Amino acid sequence: MADTVCEGNVWKFGDKISTDLMVPGAYVLARRGITDEEAAQYCMRANRPDWAAQVQRGDILVGGVNFACGSSRNWARPIQVLGVSVVLAESISRIGLRNGINTGLPCLVCPGISKFVEEGERLQVDIVSGEVRNLTRGAAIQAQAWPQDSPPFQIMMAGGFERYFRQRLVEAGKIKPQVAAT
Amino acid sequence: MGMTIAEKILAAHAGRNEVKPGEYIWCKVDATGGFGLRQLEALGIDEVWNPDRVYMVEDHQAPPPTIEVANQVKEMRRLAKKYKIKNFFEFGRHGILHQLFAENGMFAPGELVAMGDSHSTSGGVFNVCSTNSAMDAVLILVFGELWFRVPESVKVVLNGRLPEWCVGKDVILKVAAELGTDFGLYKSVEYTGPVARQMTLAQRWTISNMGVEVGAKFAIFECDEKTEEFLRGRLDRAYTPVFADPDAQYETVHQFDLSNLTPMVALPGDPGNGRPVPEVKDMHIKVDQAFLGSCTNARLEDLEVAARIMKGRTVHPDVRMLVSPASQAVYRDALKAGWLEVLADAGCVVEHSTCGPCYGGHLGVLGDGEVCISSSNRNFPGRMGSPLAQVLLASPATVAASAIAGEVADPRDYL
Ligand code: SF4
Repeated sequence: MADTVCEGNVWKFGDKISTDLMVPGAYVLARRGITDEEAAQYCMRANRPDWAAQVQRGDILVGGVNFACGSSRNWARPIQVLGVSVVLAESISRIGLRNGINTGLPCLVCPGISKFVEEGERLQVDIVSGEVRNLTRGAAIQAQAWPQDSPPFQIMMAGGFERYFRQRLVEAGKIKPQVAAT
Repeated sequence: MGMTIAEKILAAHAGRNEVKPGEYIWCKVDATGGFGLRQLEALGIDEVWNPDRVYMVEDHQAPPPTIEVANQVKEMRRLAKKYKIKNFFEFGRHGILHQLFAENGMFAPGELVAMGDSHSTSGGVFNVCSTNSAMDAVLILVFGELWFRVPESVKVVLNGRLPEWCVGKDVILKVAAELGTDFGLYKSVEYTGPVARQMTLAQRWTISNMGVEVGAKFAIFECDEKTEEFLRGRLDRAYTPVFADPDAQYETVHQFDLSNLTPMVALPGDPGNGRPVPEVKDMHIKVDQAFLGSCTNARLEDLEVAARIMKGRTVHPDVRMLVSPASQAVYRDALKAGWLEVLADAGCVVEHSTCGPCYGGHLGVLGDGEVCISSSNRNFPGRMGSPLAQVLLASPATVAASAIAGEVADPRDYL
Protein backbone atom coordinates (compact mmCIF):
# COMPACT_ATOMS: atom_id res chain seq x y z
CA MET A 1 0.00 0.00 0.00
CA ALA A 2 1.13 3.50 -0.80
CA ASP A 3 1.34 6.19 1.86
CA THR A 4 -1.81 6.71 3.81
CA VAL A 5 -1.28 10.46 3.59
CA CYS A 6 -1.33 11.89 0.08
CA GLU A 7 -0.34 15.40 -0.87
CA GLY A 8 -0.89 16.97 -4.26
CA ASN A 9 -2.30 19.68 -6.47
CA VAL A 10 -5.98 19.71 -7.28
CA TRP A 11 -7.78 19.22 -10.56
CA LYS A 12 -11.40 20.12 -10.17
CA PHE A 13 -14.22 18.61 -12.16
CA GLY A 14 -17.92 19.35 -11.98
CA ASP A 15 -20.95 17.21 -11.22
CA LYS A 16 -21.77 13.88 -12.83
CA ILE A 17 -18.46 13.10 -14.46
CA SER A 18 -19.45 9.86 -16.22
CA THR A 19 -17.45 6.80 -17.14
CA ASP A 20 -18.28 7.63 -20.76
CA LEU A 21 -16.06 10.70 -20.30
CA MET A 22 -13.21 8.83 -18.61
CA VAL A 23 -13.36 5.67 -20.73
CA PRO A 24 -15.00 6.70 -24.03
CA GLY A 25 -16.56 3.64 -25.66
CA ALA A 26 -15.78 4.54 -29.24
CA TYR A 27 -12.07 5.15 -28.56
CA VAL A 28 -11.36 2.61 -25.87
CA LEU A 29 -13.98 -0.11 -25.54
CA ALA A 30 -14.35 -0.70 -29.24
CA ARG A 31 -10.58 -1.32 -29.40
CA ARG A 32 -9.90 -4.21 -27.11
CA GLY A 33 -6.28 -4.94 -26.54
CA ILE A 34 -5.50 -1.22 -26.24
CA THR A 35 -2.94 -0.67 -23.45
CA ASP A 36 -3.88 1.09 -20.21
CA GLU A 37 -1.42 3.85 -21.03
CA GLU A 38 -2.94 4.51 -24.43
CA ALA A 39 -6.50 4.29 -23.10
CA ALA A 40 -5.63 6.88 -20.46
CA GLN A 41 -4.84 9.42 -23.19
CA TYR A 42 -8.56 9.49 -24.11
CA CYS A 43 -9.65 10.19 -20.54
CA MET A 44 -11.89 13.32 -20.36
CA ARG A 45 -11.41 13.95 -24.07
CA ALA A 46 -15.01 15.13 -24.52
CA ASN A 47 -15.03 17.58 -21.61
CA ARG A 48 -11.37 18.58 -21.19
CA PRO A 49 -9.28 17.50 -24.15
CA ASP A 50 -5.84 18.52 -22.81
CA TRP A 51 -6.21 17.15 -19.33
CA ALA A 52 -4.64 13.73 -19.82
CA ALA A 53 -1.44 15.39 -21.03
CA GLN A 54 -1.33 17.91 -18.17
CA VAL A 55 -2.00 15.84 -15.08
CA GLN A 56 1.06 15.09 -12.92
CA ARG A 57 1.97 12.19 -10.68
CA GLY A 58 0.51 12.72 -7.21
CA ASP A 59 -2.19 15.16 -8.31
CA ILE A 60 -5.55 14.98 -6.59
CA LEU A 61 -8.84 14.79 -8.47
CA VAL A 62 -11.86 16.54 -6.96
CA GLY A 63 -15.29 15.72 -8.36
CA GLY A 64 -18.80 17.02 -7.74
CA VAL A 65 -21.93 14.94 -7.16
CA ASN A 66 -22.35 11.43 -8.52
CA PHE A 67 -18.76 11.19 -9.71
CA ALA A 68 -18.09 8.17 -12.00
CA CYS A 69 -21.76 7.70 -12.78
CA GLY A 70 -22.75 5.51 -15.68
CA SER A 71 -21.33 2.21 -16.76
CA SER A 72 -19.15 -0.26 -14.87
CA ARG A 73 -16.15 0.52 -17.06
CA ASN A 74 -13.08 0.82 -14.92
CA TRP A 75 -12.67 4.58 -14.85
CA ALA A 76 -10.14 4.32 -12.03
CA ARG A 77 -7.49 2.57 -14.09
CA PRO A 78 -6.83 5.46 -16.51
CA ILE A 79 -7.01 7.93 -13.63
CA GLN A 80 -4.46 5.88 -11.72
CA VAL A 81 -2.26 5.46 -14.79
CA LEU A 82 -2.25 9.24 -15.25
CA GLY A 83 -0.79 9.52 -11.75
CA VAL A 84 -3.72 10.70 -9.63
CA SER A 85 -3.11 9.72 -6.00
CA VAL A 86 -6.57 10.10 -4.49
CA VAL A 87 -10.10 11.03 -5.59
CA LEU A 88 -12.41 13.15 -3.46
CA ALA A 89 -15.98 13.95 -4.49
CA GLU A 90 -19.25 15.26 -3.10
CA SER A 91 -20.66 11.84 -3.89
CA ILE A 92 -19.46 8.90 -5.95
CA SER A 93 -21.61 6.41 -7.84
CA ARG A 94 -21.91 3.05 -6.14
CA ILE A 95 -20.26 1.17 -8.99
CA GLY A 96 -17.64 3.86 -9.42
CA LEU A 97 -16.70 3.74 -5.77
CA ARG A 98 -16.38 -0.03 -5.82
CA ASN A 99 -14.24 0.11 -8.98
CA GLY A 100 -12.00 2.81 -7.51
CA ILE A 101 -11.33 0.92 -4.28
CA ASN A 102 -10.85 -2.37 -6.13
CA THR A 103 -8.35 -0.75 -8.47
CA GLY A 104 -6.32 0.46 -5.50
CA LEU A 105 -7.08 4.13 -6.13
CA PRO A 106 -8.12 5.62 -2.78
CA CYS A 107 -11.54 7.26 -3.09
CA LEU A 108 -13.31 9.21 -0.37
CA VAL A 109 -16.73 10.79 -0.33
CA CYS A 110 -16.29 14.31 0.99
CA PRO A 111 -19.41 16.48 1.20
CA GLY A 112 -18.49 20.16 0.83
CA ILE A 113 -15.24 19.54 -1.03
CA SER A 114 -16.22 21.54 -4.16
CA LYS A 115 -16.53 24.74 -2.12
CA PHE A 116 -13.52 23.91 0.04
CA VAL A 117 -10.88 23.85 -2.68
CA GLU A 118 -10.14 25.53 -6.00
CA GLU A 119 -8.23 24.07 -8.89
CA GLY A 120 -4.45 24.32 -8.49
CA GLU A 121 -4.55 24.52 -4.70
CA ARG A 122 -2.65 21.96 -2.68
CA LEU A 123 -4.36 19.35 -0.50
CA GLN A 124 -3.16 16.85 2.04
CA VAL A 125 -5.44 13.85 2.48
CA ASP A 126 -5.29 11.19 5.18
CA ILE A 127 -7.08 8.28 3.55
CA VAL A 128 -7.48 6.43 6.86
CA SER A 129 -8.88 9.20 9.06
CA GLY A 130 -10.48 11.11 6.19
CA GLU A 131 -8.93 14.42 7.22
CA VAL A 132 -8.46 16.76 4.26
CA ARG A 133 -6.25 19.84 4.67
CA ASN A 134 -6.08 22.71 2.23
CA LEU A 135 -2.37 23.60 2.44
CA THR A 136 -2.84 26.67 0.23
CA ARG A 137 -5.47 28.20 2.48
CA GLY A 138 -4.73 26.49 5.77
CA ALA A 139 -8.19 25.03 6.37
CA ALA A 140 -9.45 21.49 7.06
CA ILE A 141 -12.53 19.45 6.19
CA GLN A 142 -13.55 15.93 7.06
CA ALA A 143 -14.21 13.28 4.37
CA GLN A 144 -16.19 10.15 5.22
CA ALA A 145 -13.63 7.68 6.51
CA TRP A 146 -14.18 4.02 5.65
CA PRO A 147 -15.03 1.93 8.73
CA GLN A 148 -11.80 0.09 9.49
CA ASP A 149 -13.49 -3.30 9.84
CA SER A 150 -15.25 -2.99 6.47
CA PRO A 151 -14.18 -4.97 3.38
CA PRO A 152 -13.70 -1.84 1.25
CA PHE A 153 -11.26 -0.44 3.82
CA GLN A 154 -9.34 -3.70 3.86
CA ILE A 155 -9.27 -3.78 0.04
CA MET A 156 -8.09 -0.16 -0.13
CA MET A 157 -5.34 -0.81 2.42
CA ALA A 158 -4.25 -3.97 0.61
CA GLY A 159 -3.64 -1.74 -2.42
CA GLY A 160 -6.57 -3.02 -4.43
CA PHE A 161 -8.71 -6.05 -5.01
CA GLU A 162 -6.07 -8.15 -6.74
CA ARG A 163 -3.88 -8.36 -3.65
CA TYR A 164 -6.80 -8.66 -1.28
CA PHE A 165 -8.14 -11.57 -3.35
CA ARG A 166 -4.83 -13.40 -3.25
CA GLN A 167 -4.67 -13.00 0.54
CA ARG A 168 -8.15 -14.50 0.81
CA LEU A 169 -7.23 -17.40 -1.46
CA VAL A 170 -4.14 -18.17 0.62
CA GLU A 171 -6.17 -18.03 3.85
CA ALA A 172 -8.70 -20.42 2.34
CA GLY A 173 -5.95 -22.79 1.21
CA LYS A 174 -6.93 -22.36 -2.43
CA ILE A 175 -3.48 -21.20 -3.52
CA LYS A 176 0.00 -21.37 -2.02
CA PRO A 177 1.58 -18.21 -0.62
CA GLN A 178 4.26 -18.17 -3.33
CA VAL A 179 1.57 -18.08 -6.05
CA ALA A 180 0.04 -15.14 -4.20
CA ALA A 181 3.33 -13.27 -4.27
CA THR A 182 3.86 -13.46 -8.03
CA MET B 1 -38.89 -4.01 13.39
CA GLY B 2 -40.20 -4.30 9.83
CA MET B 3 -37.87 -4.79 6.89
CA THR B 4 -37.86 -3.67 3.26
CA ILE B 5 -37.55 -6.11 0.36
CA ALA B 6 -33.80 -5.51 0.07
CA GLU B 7 -33.21 -5.91 3.81
CA LYS B 8 -35.10 -9.20 3.82
CA ILE B 9 -33.24 -10.60 0.83
CA LEU B 10 -29.83 -9.50 2.12
CA ALA B 11 -30.52 -10.81 5.63
CA ALA B 12 -31.60 -14.18 4.25
CA HIS B 13 -28.42 -14.41 2.17
CA ALA B 14 -26.24 -13.41 5.13
CA GLY B 15 -27.83 -16.09 7.33
CA ARG B 16 -29.24 -13.43 9.64
CA ASN B 17 -32.67 -12.56 10.99
CA GLU B 18 -32.26 -8.90 10.30
CA VAL B 19 -29.86 -6.35 8.88
CA LYS B 20 -29.70 -2.58 9.19
CA PRO B 21 -28.77 0.07 6.62
CA GLY B 22 -25.08 0.98 6.79
CA GLU B 23 -23.88 -2.45 7.95
CA TYR B 24 -21.21 -4.26 5.94
CA ILE B 25 -22.10 -7.91 5.49
CA TRP B 26 -21.04 -10.96 3.52
CA CYS B 27 -23.81 -12.62 1.54
CA LYS B 28 -24.21 -15.84 -0.39
CA VAL B 29 -24.85 -14.88 -4.01
CA ASP B 30 -27.14 -16.99 -6.20
CA ALA B 31 -25.76 -16.22 -9.67
CA THR B 32 -23.07 -14.25 -11.49
CA GLY B 33 -21.24 -13.78 -14.80
CA GLY B 34 -18.02 -15.38 -15.99
CA PHE B 35 -15.64 -12.42 -16.39
CA GLY B 36 -13.19 -13.68 -13.77
CA LEU B 37 -12.58 -17.19 -15.15
CA ARG B 38 -9.36 -16.19 -16.81
CA GLN B 39 -8.01 -14.91 -13.53
CA LEU B 40 -8.96 -18.16 -11.77
CA GLU B 41 -7.18 -20.17 -14.43
CA ALA B 42 -4.05 -18.06 -14.05
CA LEU B 43 -4.10 -18.75 -10.31
CA GLY B 44 -4.50 -22.48 -10.90
CA ILE B 45 -8.03 -22.71 -9.49
CA ASP B 46 -9.87 -25.33 -11.51
CA GLU B 47 -13.47 -25.11 -10.44
CA VAL B 48 -16.12 -22.54 -9.61
CA TRP B 49 -18.49 -22.70 -6.68
CA ASN B 50 -21.53 -23.50 -8.83
CA PRO B 51 -21.07 -23.78 -12.61
CA ASP B 52 -24.84 -23.98 -13.20
CA ARG B 53 -25.28 -20.41 -11.96
CA VAL B 54 -22.62 -18.73 -14.07
CA TYR B 55 -23.87 -17.03 -17.25
CA MET B 56 -21.76 -15.91 -20.20
CA VAL B 57 -22.30 -14.21 -23.55
CA GLU B 58 -20.50 -11.80 -25.84
CA ASP B 59 -23.05 -9.08 -26.50
CA HIS B 60 -21.05 -5.87 -26.72
CA GLN B 61 -19.26 -6.73 -29.96
CA ALA B 62 -21.31 -9.52 -31.41
CA PRO B 63 -20.25 -11.14 -33.67
CA PRO B 64 -16.62 -10.00 -33.43
CA PRO B 65 -15.68 -7.03 -35.62
CA THR B 66 -11.93 -7.45 -35.07
CA ILE B 67 -9.36 -10.20 -34.62
CA GLU B 68 -8.77 -9.12 -31.00
CA VAL B 69 -12.41 -9.56 -30.11
CA ALA B 70 -12.59 -12.84 -32.01
CA ASN B 71 -9.69 -14.14 -29.96
CA GLN B 72 -11.31 -13.01 -26.73
CA VAL B 73 -14.56 -14.76 -27.59
CA LYS B 74 -12.55 -17.86 -28.47
CA GLU B 75 -11.06 -17.70 -24.98
CA MET B 76 -14.52 -17.33 -23.47
CA ARG B 77 -15.69 -20.49 -25.23
CA ARG B 78 -12.67 -22.43 -24.03
CA LEU B 79 -13.06 -21.24 -20.44
CA ALA B 80 -16.79 -21.98 -20.45
CA LYS B 81 -16.02 -25.56 -21.48
CA LYS B 82 -13.21 -25.96 -18.99
CA TYR B 83 -15.28 -24.70 -16.06
CA LYS B 84 -18.40 -26.63 -17.22
CA ILE B 85 -20.49 -23.46 -17.67
CA LYS B 86 -23.57 -24.67 -19.52
CA ASN B 87 -25.04 -21.17 -19.70
CA PHE B 88 -22.66 -19.93 -22.37
CA PHE B 89 -24.59 -18.55 -25.31
CA GLU B 90 -23.25 -18.82 -28.84
CA PHE B 91 -24.09 -16.28 -31.55
CA GLY B 92 -27.48 -17.19 -32.95
CA ARG B 93 -28.66 -18.19 -29.47
CA HIS B 94 -27.40 -14.95 -28.00
CA GLY B 95 -28.78 -11.62 -26.84
CA ILE B 96 -28.04 -8.67 -24.60
CA LEU B 97 -27.13 -10.19 -21.26
CA HIS B 98 -29.88 -8.65 -19.13
CA GLN B 99 -32.55 -10.02 -21.45
CA LEU B 100 -30.87 -13.28 -22.40
CA PHE B 101 -29.93 -14.40 -18.91
CA ALA B 102 -33.46 -13.72 -17.65
CA GLU B 103 -34.91 -15.74 -20.54
CA ASN B 104 -32.64 -18.55 -19.44
CA GLY B 105 -33.61 -18.66 -15.81
CA MET B 106 -31.01 -16.54 -14.04
CA PHE B 107 -33.54 -14.72 -11.85
CA ALA B 108 -36.11 -16.04 -9.40
CA PRO B 109 -37.92 -13.87 -6.83
CA GLY B 110 -36.06 -13.49 -3.55
CA GLU B 111 -32.62 -14.17 -5.01
CA LEU B 112 -29.41 -12.12 -4.90
CA VAL B 113 -27.42 -11.65 -8.12
CA ALA B 114 -24.23 -9.67 -8.76
CA MET B 115 -22.43 -9.47 -12.08
CA GLY B 116 -20.22 -7.30 -14.19
CA ASP B 117 -22.45 -4.92 -16.06
CA SER B 118 -23.86 -1.71 -14.67
CA HIS B 119 -27.41 -2.42 -15.84
CA SER B 120 -27.56 -5.49 -13.64
CA THR B 121 -30.22 -3.58 -11.71
CA SER B 122 -32.48 -4.88 -14.52
CA GLY B 123 -32.99 -8.14 -12.63
CA GLY B 124 -34.87 -6.18 -9.95
CA VAL B 125 -38.00 -6.50 -12.08
CA PHE B 126 -38.14 -10.14 -10.94
CA ASN B 127 -38.24 -9.21 -7.25
CA VAL B 128 -34.52 -9.90 -7.09
CA CYS B 129 -31.70 -7.95 -5.45
CA SER B 130 -29.61 -7.65 -8.58
CA THR B 131 -26.66 -5.32 -8.92
CA ASN B 132 -23.26 -4.76 -10.42
CA SER B 133 -19.99 -6.11 -9.19
CA ALA B 134 -17.00 -5.93 -11.47
CA MET B 135 -13.58 -7.33 -10.70
CA ASP B 136 -14.64 -8.54 -7.26
CA ALA B 137 -17.20 -10.91 -8.82
CA VAL B 138 -14.38 -13.51 -8.80
CA LEU B 139 -15.06 -13.81 -5.07
CA ILE B 140 -18.43 -15.23 -6.08
CA LEU B 141 -16.86 -17.57 -8.62
CA VAL B 142 -14.61 -19.06 -5.93
CA PHE B 143 -16.50 -18.68 -2.66
CA GLY B 144 -20.08 -18.04 -3.78
CA GLU B 145 -20.16 -14.89 -1.68
CA LEU B 146 -19.55 -11.15 -1.84
CA TRP B 147 -19.56 -8.20 0.54
CA PHE B 148 -22.38 -5.67 0.56
CA ARG B 149 -23.17 -2.52 2.44
CA VAL B 150 -26.82 -2.78 3.45
CA PRO B 151 -28.42 0.11 1.55
CA GLU B 152 -31.00 2.55 2.81
CA SER B 153 -34.31 1.83 1.08
CA VAL B 154 -36.37 4.38 -0.81
CA LYS B 155 -39.93 3.81 -1.93
CA VAL B 156 -41.33 5.24 -5.14
CA VAL B 157 -45.12 5.02 -5.28
CA LEU B 158 -46.51 5.27 -8.82
CA ASN B 159 -50.09 6.46 -8.41
CA GLY B 160 -52.95 7.10 -10.80
CA ARG B 161 -53.44 5.44 -14.14
CA LEU B 162 -50.94 5.62 -17.00
CA PRO B 163 -52.53 7.35 -20.04
CA GLU B 164 -52.60 5.52 -23.34
CA TRP B 165 -49.27 5.50 -25.23
CA CYS B 166 -47.29 6.31 -22.13
CA VAL B 167 -45.04 3.48 -21.01
CA GLY B 168 -42.41 2.56 -18.41
CA LYS B 169 -39.77 4.59 -20.25
CA ASP B 170 -41.83 7.76 -19.90
CA VAL B 171 -42.30 6.97 -16.21
CA ILE B 172 -38.60 6.54 -15.46
CA LEU B 173 -37.63 9.63 -17.48
CA LYS B 174 -40.20 11.55 -15.43
CA VAL B 175 -38.93 10.12 -12.15
CA ALA B 176 -35.30 10.91 -13.08
CA ALA B 177 -36.25 14.44 -14.15
CA GLU B 178 -38.14 15.14 -10.92
CA LEU B 179 -35.88 13.46 -8.38
CA GLY B 180 -32.51 13.75 -10.13
CA THR B 181 -30.16 11.05 -11.36
CA ASP B 182 -28.61 10.57 -7.94
CA PHE B 183 -31.68 10.19 -5.74
CA GLY B 184 -31.03 6.46 -5.56
CA LEU B 185 -27.31 6.71 -4.87
CA TYR B 186 -26.16 3.72 -2.73
CA LYS B 187 -29.83 2.93 -2.12
CA SER B 188 -32.35 0.22 -2.84
CA VAL B 189 -35.29 1.72 -4.74
CA GLU B 190 -38.58 -0.15 -4.44
CA TYR B 191 -41.29 0.67 -6.99
CA THR B 192 -44.89 0.10 -6.03
CA GLY B 193 -48.39 1.55 -6.46
CA PRO B 194 -51.24 1.21 -8.98
CA VAL B 195 -49.14 2.10 -12.03
CA ALA B 196 -46.48 -0.44 -11.03
CA ARG B 197 -49.21 -3.07 -11.13
CA GLN B 198 -50.79 -1.66 -14.30
CA MET B 199 -47.57 -1.76 -16.33
CA THR B 200 -46.56 -4.80 -18.34
CA LEU B 201 -43.53 -6.73 -17.14
CA ALA B 202 -41.53 -5.29 -20.06
CA GLN B 203 -42.37 -1.74 -18.96
CA ARG B 204 -41.32 -2.41 -15.38
CA TRP B 205 -38.17 -3.98 -16.76
CA THR B 206 -37.23 -0.65 -18.39
CA ILE B 207 -37.54 1.01 -14.98
CA SER B 208 -35.40 -1.58 -13.19
CA ASN B 209 -32.92 -1.39 -16.06
CA MET B 210 -32.57 2.36 -15.59
CA GLY B 211 -32.17 1.86 -11.85
CA VAL B 212 -28.50 2.60 -12.32
CA GLU B 213 -29.38 5.85 -14.13
CA VAL B 214 -30.85 7.08 -10.85
CA GLY B 215 -27.83 5.79 -8.95
CA ALA B 216 -29.55 2.79 -7.38
CA LYS B 217 -27.93 -0.36 -6.10
CA PHE B 218 -31.18 -2.30 -6.53
CA ALA B 219 -34.38 -1.30 -8.39
CA ILE B 220 -36.99 -3.76 -7.19
CA PHE B 221 -40.59 -4.57 -8.06
CA GLU B 222 -42.95 -6.88 -6.24
CA CYS B 223 -43.71 -10.26 -7.75
CA ASP B 224 -47.19 -10.69 -9.23
CA GLU B 225 -48.93 -12.83 -11.86
CA LYS B 226 -47.14 -10.96 -14.69
CA THR B 227 -43.78 -11.83 -13.16
CA GLU B 228 -44.82 -15.43 -12.71
CA GLU B 229 -46.12 -15.70 -16.24
CA PHE B 230 -42.71 -14.71 -17.63
CA LEU B 231 -40.87 -17.09 -15.32
CA ARG B 232 -43.10 -20.09 -16.03
CA GLY B 233 -41.15 -22.87 -17.68
CA ARG B 234 -37.82 -21.03 -17.35
CA LEU B 235 -36.83 -22.13 -13.84
CA ASP B 236 -35.64 -25.41 -12.42
CA ARG B 237 -36.09 -24.33 -8.81
CA ALA B 238 -38.78 -23.16 -6.41
CA TYR B 239 -38.90 -19.60 -5.13
CA THR B 240 -40.68 -17.46 -2.58
CA PRO B 241 -41.61 -13.86 -3.49
CA VAL B 242 -40.48 -11.28 -0.96
CA PHE B 243 -42.69 -8.40 0.16
CA ALA B 244 -41.83 -5.49 2.40
CA ASP B 245 -43.27 -5.53 5.91
CA PRO B 246 -46.07 -3.00 6.49
CA ASP B 247 -43.88 -1.25 9.08
CA ALA B 248 -40.68 -1.34 6.97
CA GLN B 249 -38.48 1.73 7.34
CA TYR B 250 -37.89 3.79 4.20
CA GLU B 251 -35.48 6.68 4.20
CA THR B 252 -37.84 8.53 1.86
CA VAL B 253 -41.15 7.82 0.15
CA HIS B 254 -41.71 9.58 -3.17
CA GLN B 255 -45.26 9.84 -4.54
CA PHE B 256 -46.02 10.36 -8.22
CA ASP B 257 -49.39 10.90 -9.83
CA LEU B 258 -49.01 9.72 -13.40
CA SER B 259 -52.55 10.18 -14.69
CA ASN B 260 -51.55 13.24 -16.69
CA LEU B 261 -48.17 12.00 -17.87
CA THR B 262 -47.22 12.72 -21.48
CA PRO B 263 -44.51 10.98 -23.50
CA MET B 264 -41.10 12.13 -22.25
CA VAL B 265 -37.76 12.74 -23.93
CA ALA B 266 -34.44 13.31 -22.19
CA LEU B 267 -32.40 16.06 -23.82
CA PRO B 268 -28.70 15.39 -24.48
CA GLY B 269 -26.16 15.11 -21.69
CA ASP B 270 -27.90 13.34 -18.85
CA PRO B 271 -30.78 10.88 -18.42
CA GLY B 272 -32.24 13.35 -15.90
CA ASN B 273 -32.85 15.95 -18.63
CA GLY B 274 -36.38 14.64 -19.27
CA ARG B 275 -38.99 17.01 -20.71
CA PRO B 276 -42.53 16.42 -22.01
CA VAL B 277 -42.48 15.59 -25.70
CA PRO B 278 -45.16 18.20 -26.59
CA GLU B 279 -42.78 20.88 -25.26
CA VAL B 280 -39.71 19.50 -27.03
CA LYS B 281 -41.64 19.04 -30.27
CA ASP B 282 -41.87 22.81 -30.61
CA MET B 283 -38.08 23.05 -30.49
CA HIS B 284 -37.90 21.19 -33.85
CA ILE B 285 -34.81 19.18 -32.97
CA LYS B 286 -33.69 17.39 -36.15
CA VAL B 287 -32.37 13.85 -35.82
CA ASP B 288 -29.83 12.02 -37.99
CA GLN B 289 -30.27 8.61 -36.44
CA ALA B 290 -33.03 6.81 -34.56
CA PHE B 291 -32.08 3.75 -32.52
CA LEU B 292 -34.58 1.20 -31.31
CA GLY B 293 -32.57 -1.26 -29.28
CA SER B 294 -30.63 -2.01 -26.08
CA CYS B 295 -31.44 -3.80 -22.84
CA THR B 296 -33.77 -0.91 -21.96
CA ASN B 297 -36.36 -1.03 -24.73
CA ALA B 298 -36.05 -3.67 -27.43
CA ARG B 299 -38.48 -6.30 -26.24
CA LEU B 300 -41.32 -7.68 -28.33
CA GLU B 301 -43.88 -5.05 -27.34
CA ASP B 302 -41.32 -2.30 -28.03
CA LEU B 303 -40.81 -3.58 -31.57
CA GLU B 304 -44.56 -4.01 -31.93
CA VAL B 305 -45.44 -0.42 -31.04
CA ALA B 306 -42.75 0.89 -33.39
CA ALA B 307 -44.06 -1.34 -36.17
CA ARG B 308 -47.63 -0.17 -35.59
CA ILE B 309 -46.52 3.44 -35.90
CA MET B 310 -44.36 2.79 -38.96
CA LYS B 311 -46.74 0.54 -40.86
CA GLY B 312 -47.37 2.09 -44.25
CA ARG B 313 -44.98 4.94 -43.50
CA THR B 314 -41.30 5.44 -44.22
CA VAL B 315 -38.28 6.68 -42.35
CA HIS B 316 -37.60 10.35 -43.13
CA PRO B 317 -35.15 10.78 -46.05
CA ASP B 318 -32.54 12.49 -43.82
CA VAL B 319 -32.71 9.83 -41.10
CA ARG B 320 -31.47 6.28 -40.71
CA MET B 321 -33.19 4.08 -38.19
CA LEU B 322 -31.45 1.11 -36.58
CA VAL B 323 -33.41 -1.68 -34.94
CA SER B 324 -31.80 -4.34 -32.77
CA PRO B 325 -33.98 -6.74 -30.73
CA ALA B 326 -33.00 -7.43 -27.13
CA SER B 327 -32.23 -11.08 -27.81
CA GLN B 328 -32.32 -13.70 -30.51
CA ALA B 329 -35.55 -15.02 -28.96
CA VAL B 330 -37.14 -11.58 -29.27
CA TYR B 331 -35.79 -11.35 -32.82
CA ARG B 332 -37.49 -14.62 -33.76
CA ASP B 333 -40.76 -13.68 -32.09
CA ALA B 334 -40.78 -10.30 -33.84
CA LEU B 335 -39.91 -11.97 -37.13
CA LYS B 336 -42.78 -14.43 -36.84
CA ALA B 337 -45.19 -11.70 -35.75
CA GLY B 338 -44.29 -9.72 -38.85
CA TRP B 339 -42.96 -6.66 -37.01
CA LEU B 340 -39.47 -6.87 -38.47
CA GLU B 341 -40.91 -7.00 -41.96
CA VAL B 342 -42.93 -3.84 -41.31
CA LEU B 343 -39.84 -2.09 -39.94
CA ALA B 344 -37.67 -3.18 -42.87
CA ASP B 345 -40.36 -2.05 -45.31
CA ALA B 346 -40.36 1.35 -43.63
CA GLY B 347 -36.64 1.59 -44.39
CA CYS B 348 -35.10 0.56 -41.07
CA VAL B 349 -31.82 -1.30 -40.75
CA VAL B 350 -32.84 -4.43 -38.84
CA GLU B 351 -29.76 -5.69 -37.03
CA HIS B 352 -29.33 -8.82 -34.97
CA SER B 353 -29.35 -8.54 -31.18
CA THR B 354 -26.37 -6.48 -30.06
CA CYS B 355 -25.24 -3.77 -27.68
CA GLY B 356 -23.27 -2.18 -30.54
CA PRO B 357 -24.89 1.20 -31.20
CA CYS B 358 -25.96 1.75 -27.58
CA TYR B 359 -22.44 2.35 -26.31
CA GLY B 360 -20.86 3.65 -29.50
CA GLY B 361 -19.16 0.33 -30.13
CA HIS B 362 -20.13 -0.78 -33.62
CA LEU B 363 -22.99 -1.27 -36.09
CA GLY B 364 -24.07 2.37 -35.98
CA VAL B 365 -21.61 4.74 -34.30
CA LEU B 366 -22.39 8.48 -34.39
CA GLY B 367 -20.17 10.99 -36.18
CA ASP B 368 -19.26 14.53 -35.14
CA GLY B 369 -22.25 16.76 -34.50
CA GLU B 370 -24.84 14.08 -35.26
CA VAL B 371 -28.04 13.75 -33.26
CA CYS B 372 -29.60 10.42 -32.31
CA ILE B 373 -32.92 9.69 -30.63
CA SER B 374 -32.53 6.40 -28.83
CA SER B 375 -34.64 3.96 -26.84
CA SER B 376 -31.56 3.12 -24.73
CA ASN B 377 -30.63 4.39 -21.29
CA ARG B 378 -27.67 6.78 -21.49
CA ASN B 379 -27.09 10.07 -23.26
CA PHE B 380 -23.81 11.22 -21.72
CA PRO B 381 -21.42 13.03 -24.08
CA GLY B 382 -19.51 10.45 -26.10
CA ARG B 383 -21.91 7.65 -25.28
CA MET B 384 -22.86 6.60 -28.81
CA GLY B 385 -19.67 7.55 -30.61
CA SER B 386 -18.23 10.99 -31.29
CA PRO B 387 -17.91 13.20 -28.21
CA LEU B 388 -19.46 15.89 -30.42
CA ALA B 389 -22.60 13.85 -31.10
CA GLN B 390 -25.79 14.26 -29.10
CA VAL B 391 -28.21 11.65 -27.81
CA LEU B 392 -31.84 12.02 -26.77
CA LEU B 393 -33.61 9.26 -24.85
CA ALA B 394 -37.23 8.29 -25.39
CA SER B 395 -39.70 5.42 -25.58
CA PRO B 396 -39.83 3.14 -28.64
CA ALA B 397 -43.01 4.91 -29.80
CA THR B 398 -41.37 8.35 -29.64
CA VAL B 399 -38.26 7.03 -31.40
CA ALA B 400 -40.37 5.60 -34.23
CA ALA B 401 -42.46 8.76 -34.60
CA SER B 402 -39.31 10.91 -34.67
CA ALA B 403 -37.71 8.70 -37.32
CA ILE B 404 -40.69 9.36 -39.57
CA ALA B 405 -40.85 13.09 -38.83
CA GLY B 406 -37.09 13.69 -39.06
CA GLU B 407 -37.29 15.60 -35.77
CA VAL B 408 -38.48 14.90 -32.25
CA ALA B 409 -42.14 13.99 -32.63
CA ASP B 410 -45.09 13.01 -30.47
CA PRO B 411 -46.11 9.37 -31.06
CA ARG B 412 -49.71 10.26 -30.30
CA ASP B 413 -49.82 12.18 -33.58
CA TYR B 414 -49.08 8.94 -35.45
CA LEU B 415 -51.22 6.37 -33.67
S1 SF4 C 1 -27.51 -2.53 -24.46
FE1 SF4 C 1 -26.32 -0.76 -23.84
S2 SF4 C 1 -26.78 -0.43 -21.70
FE2 SF4 C 1 -27.49 -2.49 -22.23
S3 SF4 C 1 -25.80 -3.84 -21.65
FE3 SF4 C 1 -25.54 -3.31 -23.80
S4 SF4 C 1 -24.19 -1.51 -23.81
FE4 SF4 C 1 -25.00 -1.75 -21.75
